[in-house]
Amino acid sequence: MSKEQILSSDGIPLEKSLKIAERKNKLKAVLLVAPLFLFILIIYVFPIGEMLFRSVDDRMITKMLPKTFNAMEKWDGKDLPDEEVYKGLYDDLTYLKKNKTYGKIIARLNYEKSGFSSLIKKTVRKINKFEEGNYKEQFIKVHKRWGKNEYLVALKNTAPNWSYAKYLKGMDRKFDQDRNIVQVEEDRRIHKILWLRTLNVAFWVTIFCFVLAYPISHLLATLPMKYSNLLMICVLLPFWTSLLVRTSSWMVLLQQQGPINDLIVWIGLAADDNRPELMYNVIGTFVAMTQILLPFMVLPLYSVMKTISPSLMRAGKSLGGTPLVSFVKIYFPLTIPGIGAGCLLVFILAIGYYITPALVGGASGSLISNTIAYHMKSSLDWAFASALGTMLLVGVLAIYWVYNKLVGIDNIKLG
Amino acid sequence: MGNDHFVRFENVDKSYDGKQLVVKGLNLDIEEGEFVTMLGPSGSGKTTCLMMLAGFETPTNGQIYLDNKVISDIPPHKRGIGMVFQNYALFPHMTVYENLAFPLRVRKIPKDEADKKVDKALSMVSLQGFESRMPMQLSGGQQQRVAVARSLVFDPQLVLMDEPLGALDKNLRESMQYEIKHIHESIGVTVVYVTHDQTEALTMSNRIAVFNDGKVQQLSSPDELYERPVNSFVAEFIGENNTFAGEVTDVSGDKCKVKLNSGTEILANPIVAKSKGEKTTVSLRPERALIDPETKMDNNHKGKIEEVIYHGDHTRLRVDLLGNKDFILKVPNSSNRMDIKEGRDINIGWNSVDCRALDPK
Repeated sequence: MSKEQILSSDGIPLEKSLKIAERKNKLKAVLLVAPLFLFILIIYVFPIGEMLFRSVDDRMITKMLPKTFNAMEKWDGKDLPDEEVYKGLYDDLTYLKKNKTYGKIIARLNYEKSGFSSLIKKTVRKINKFEEGNYKEQFIKVHKRWGKNEYLVALKNTAPNWSYAKYLKGMDRKFDQDRNIVQVEEDRRIHKILWLRTLNVAFWVTIFCFVLAYPISHLLATLPMKYSNLLMICVLLPFWTSLLVRTSSWMVLLQQQGPINDLIVWIGLAADDNRPELMYNVIGTFVAMTQILLPFMVLPLYSVMKTISPSLMRAGKSLGGTPLVSFVKIYFPLTIPGIGAGCLLVFILAIGYYITPALVGGASGSLISNTIAYHMKSSLDWAFASALGTMLLVGVLAIYWVYNKLVGIDNIKLG
Repeated sequence: MGNDHFVRFENVDKSYDGKQLVVKGLNLDIEEGEFVTMLGPSGSGKTTCLMMLAGFETPTNGQIYLDNKVISDIPPHKRGIGMVFQNYALFPHMTVYENLAFPLRVRKIPKDEADKKVDKALSMVSLQGFESRMPMQLSGGQQQRVAVARSLVFDPQLVLMDEPLGALDKNLRESMQYEIKHIHESIGVTVVYVTHDQTEALTMSNRIAVFNDGKVQQLSSPDELYERPVNSFVAEFIGENNTFAGEVTDVSGDKCKVKLNSGTEILANPIVAKSKGEKTTVSLRPERALIDPETKMDNNHKGKIEEVIYHGDHTRLRVDLLGNKDFILKVPNSSNRMDIKEGRDINIGWNSVDCRALDPK
């Protein structure tokens, strides 16, 4: 039997008339979603895209030295380049000097190879006195570094529009002269330490939060209403307090002459003149971050535990399971979605935490986010900050992926 | 049957807040192998009694014995009592097999023996082949059966059931009633069953304990309970009931005269109200009153039909009789009586034996 088209009662094909009937609703739905969609686009997709872009964007110098790079294309980098390259360089630098914009390339080139700063400055100062022709000689006369192959190779290396050098830097690696990836000098390998410390802090903060939050959530879920409401307020009250206030109160508590140290001395765990440092190191970061992130563990756990019927534990006991066995075999497995959600949430928040480590972490307790902030605000190496941010984002996505593989993301319950 | 006080409540009191007693001086003996139902309205203390027996609540006063041993100090997991919960309480993260194997695994029963027991329990509730399903994939009735099987799989001497059929629809509930009854009959386990549904209680039980206000009002077999309620609460709670309020004016042997508030005197069976001058509520089952009785009955009065309600197999009449405007009569559908019409006067007769003079309400 051939497939016949079903018609609605007025003779229009059913599929078509269904579409017409649904069109209005669809339009309404789209209009309702549109503001949110735009909001996400502007506030989320665009900045992340921008960040990704900025971390690999290296077009500035390419635009500023167009003739040089054009001439360098044919150069193999083995011997000194010929006259054409120096001619290009002369044209570019003259143009830059006229527009007073050569400052920008100094920073970029100096990052590629130190020594470029004085080289460019000196060259630009004297470039007016150059005569037509034989630029190569004149350049080398101004500064002998123009006669060294390594500087010219370094210059050529900055030519591509896109570069992932910032990512290498984030992993304590760099390009050497021959474009091989090598580790940076031993005393400059700070990022690896930072990454490891960030992961370590996030891991332990997650563990501490879990250990503290599990009994609290259980209490919250099982206490009679009037007590559980009070306890809930106790959990949420710090949550509603400003982050800065909470961190500062930890600074008050943890400082060397603070109440906690007073208590330690009073108990006799430490001498008065040898008070332990609880702040401006990793201890402070642990303590303050655990307290601040605790609600993010409590809430998903609570919402899951709330749905576990108390009769399940009773059933376990009535069937002969001791309270411990009933807990391990029945209650605990049922809370796993909450544990997963809480741990994922706390870990991801902790990995990118900024204010608390900045205030109480000191040098040994500062995390990757603090480095990102430093490059945003102080060193102004936005490309590097973007690269670190992107690495962090990729790390978080990787954790999410691993979690999905291990536990399954549909097994998550945030409330 | 064996021990006739296999389960014994002795003067058990229970209070949750120290202000009110939920269970008041409860005494109850349950025979081994019996099916006893605790029946009562919500808040009557029946579930509390069950929870005390299971070990999830402790009696405030008094003792509970199981097989002549005091069990107040034994934690629930050592009592070896099977239990079926209101919402089944199947472990949602375990398969049917794992649910059933749980009580066996914690008892360290070897796997092959456990498998046999699980298989037997599942065949008892005709659910073979469902071992690897998760509870969520089962219908309400199937979940119910798994819960029953799980409560029986470790061969407990006593099984408690806390309104297990409450969440099922009517038809399923009825068939499950028979199923549970048959399981009980075939394995002879002692069952204590809690419900607020009287039909359920009447269908399944050997004996029914009617609870009200923290006390057992009557403990007897279903027919005894229906035919011979010992007080007004039981008479009202079980089945339908017509009542007249009045005062005993004369007692002679197994009959007494009761003067109703409307002034008429009727003959009744003195059960609670046994002496002259006592206030009483007279209780009469609807099916014991007949219209135009052919044989002689010792109560005969005229009433006016107020309402006719068609019920298929029978017709229900609401009659204004002796000052009671809600007197209910049941007329079987077999006789083709055309004279049943609203507003008509009819003769109603009943025997004094069926008309029980109980305590005043």
